[in-house]
Amino acid sequence: MSFDPVISITSTTLVLPASNIDTDQIIPARFLTVTGKEGLGKLAFYDWRYEKDGSDTDHILNTNAAKACQILVAGHNFGCGSSREHAPWALYDYGFRVVISSEIADIFHANSLKNGLLPIVIEKSAHQWLLDHPSENVHIDLERQKVRLPKNGGTYSFKIDPFSKHCLTHGMDEMDYLQDQIKAISAYETNL
Amino acid sequence: MSKSLFDKVWEKHVVLAEDESHPATLYIDLHLIHEVTSPQAFAVLKERGFNVKCPEKTLATIDHSTPTIMDENGEPLYVNAQAKKQVNLLLENTKTHNITTHGWDSEHRGIVHVMGPELGATRPGMTIVCGDSHTSTHGAFGALAFGIGTTQVGHVLATQCILMRKPKSMLIHVQGGLAKDVSAKDVILAIIARIGVGGGTGHVLEYKGECFTAMSMDERMTVCNMSIEAGARAGMIAPDQTTFNYLEGREYTPKDEAFQTACKAWAALKSDEDCAYDKTVILQAADIGPMVTYGTHPGMAMPIDAIVPQAVDVAEENALSYMEVEAGTEILGRKIDVVFIGSCTNSRLCDLRSAASYFKGKQVAAHVRAIIVAGSEPIKKQAEAEGLHDIFTAAGAQWREPGCSMCIGMNGDIGKPGELIVSTSNRNFAGRQGPNVRTILASPATAAASAISGVLTDPRSIKLGAYNEL
Ligand code: SF4
Repeated sequence: MSFDPVISITSTTLVLPASNIDTDQIIPARFLTVTGKEGLGKLAFYDWRYEKDGSDTDHILNTNAAKACQILVAGHNFGCGSSREHAPWALYDYGFRVVISSEIADIFHANSLKNGLLPIVIEKSAHQWLLDHPSENVHIDLERQKVRLPKNGGTYSFKIDPFSKHCLTHGMDEMDYLQDQIKAISAYETNL
Repeated sequence: MSKSLFDKVWEKHVVLAEDESHPATLYIDLHLIHEVTSPQAFAVLKERGFNVKCPEKTLATIDHSTPTIMDENGEPLYVNAQAKKQVNLLLENTKTHNITTHGWDSEHRGIVHVMGPELGATRPGMTIVCGDSHTSTHGAFGALAFGIGTTQVGHVLATQCILMRKPKSMLIHVQGGLAKDVSAKDVILAIIARIGVGGGTGHVLEYKGECFTAMSMDERMTVCNMSIEAGARAGMIAPDQTTFNYLEGREYTPKDEAFQTACKAWAALKSDEDCAYDKTVILQAADIGPMVTYGTHPGMAMPIDAIVPQAVDVAEENALSYMEVEAGTEILGRKIDVVFIGSCTNSRLCDLRSAASYFKGKQVAAHVRAIIVAGSEPIKKQAEAEGLHDIFTAAGAQWREPGCSMCIGMNGDIGKPGELIVSTSNRNFAGRQGPNVRTILASPATAAASAISGVLTDPRSIKLGAYNEL
């Protein structure tokens, strides 16, 4: 097991309202020479969070309240651009377990699911509610595929591939699943 | 039931078929690795005590973080200690796991998607993956080849398989032959401009038509390389005699009788006449001219002599203002600062020869830096044997060591803020070639012609000095 299972989460949200936040914003290319995943949370949104001299900006991501948020609410089309898996690693390491937007780029979506970060694409009205109500306590129920907004904000469903759901709720990653098939793989090889 | 080339290759590699509850388990014939997307995968192997299942089906190179210039002792001049550490870690990891690696001492080292085909490691009908989105390049050989994330690099190292739901299929039929002076790069930019950067999402493309059968393997690789820029998982071209001729005699290609047998099997790898595709797009080759991008993604492309179209949304508006380009104006004739000829899209011999024919006997404009980076050591060697490097350096261009270089700029090869680069690479995203640097994607001919005149230039308007008159 390489990440904590996600079953249900109740947490305050951190809102980054900009649209089209690409993976270069989430983690700039110049940090791709790293050889581990540890500490990438410090590099998340680097150019937003640090001055040229390395000191903190007053960006919301640098507040203690933000660091306690497990749910990131982002503007439309989050995670576009390069396929770097460093992006979900950085968000996970920062402390996020869920990303909610009205659209999430394909590869980032797939990479997130593989790394214990639940990507939720939610309908526009709910997305707008979330953007308008930062720092609210939102409840995510992965089993029932529901997002419950407080203060009569309503309850909304989301879709997830059944296999990815199984992996997330069991904290099982695809490696475990593939390892279970190693006999079948070897049998395939003998017929090559 | 009739099948497409993609169906045929896919079905042959399914270990466990997909159903509602799980994706297919797909067997991988060749796994290419490099320094950037593998370290965390090797770390997972170590953590969990797994071995590399098939080291013989894994092939490594160093290309992304490697410098293209050396110090006075011939040692690579790394941009920083971390880049050097990353390269050395790849060398260590592959040594530990007995993986053939083309490091600094190899005469085959090159950009991963240039090296694989050159070695004959890429062959028709194979499944090929690499932790790099431009793995689609290898589809030029009729292989099913696509990029994967680092987690999946770990899966392939440990199990030689990945989990995947079968993508949809899309036929790109380009009818008729190309006009003179129109290159493979122009064709793929025209295709992306037509279907859009999301047009291929969830699909494997198959390129069909005289336009592609007439192309050399170098050119077919340029086309398949940029399939990903249309959002597609992969792009494929059915193998034919051109493919077999290219492969014959290469290191990993079967020899003698085995080669003849292989060719027979490869020849069967084509789509059945009446097979179905989820989508079909038809273009006329005669309509395609030299293409350039004017925005910040490869879909914002147009004929070089066209007028920049109006932005359709806020994102495009932002792109035009980033590029300092105005809708309704020409982009032709714009002053440029840098020309980069290289990358896995356009760093092969045919690209360098094409560029050389424009540089021959000319001088790079005084205000322009021109950087030319061969895709691999063998290409560099062959180009030097043909005297191309002399043409480039006599013209005032820089002739560097092979690698990804300015395509991604991870090794420090970047432009200065505000500069405009005409680049033969594949991505023109904001900041891709350095903070606040602007990129125009184009063919080697357009890039070379522009280097000489110092402004964005239509290669058809420049008289060629054929390099082979030397
Ligand atoms: S040349 Fe560019 S696109 Fe190709 S592998 Fe290197 S960085 Fe990626």
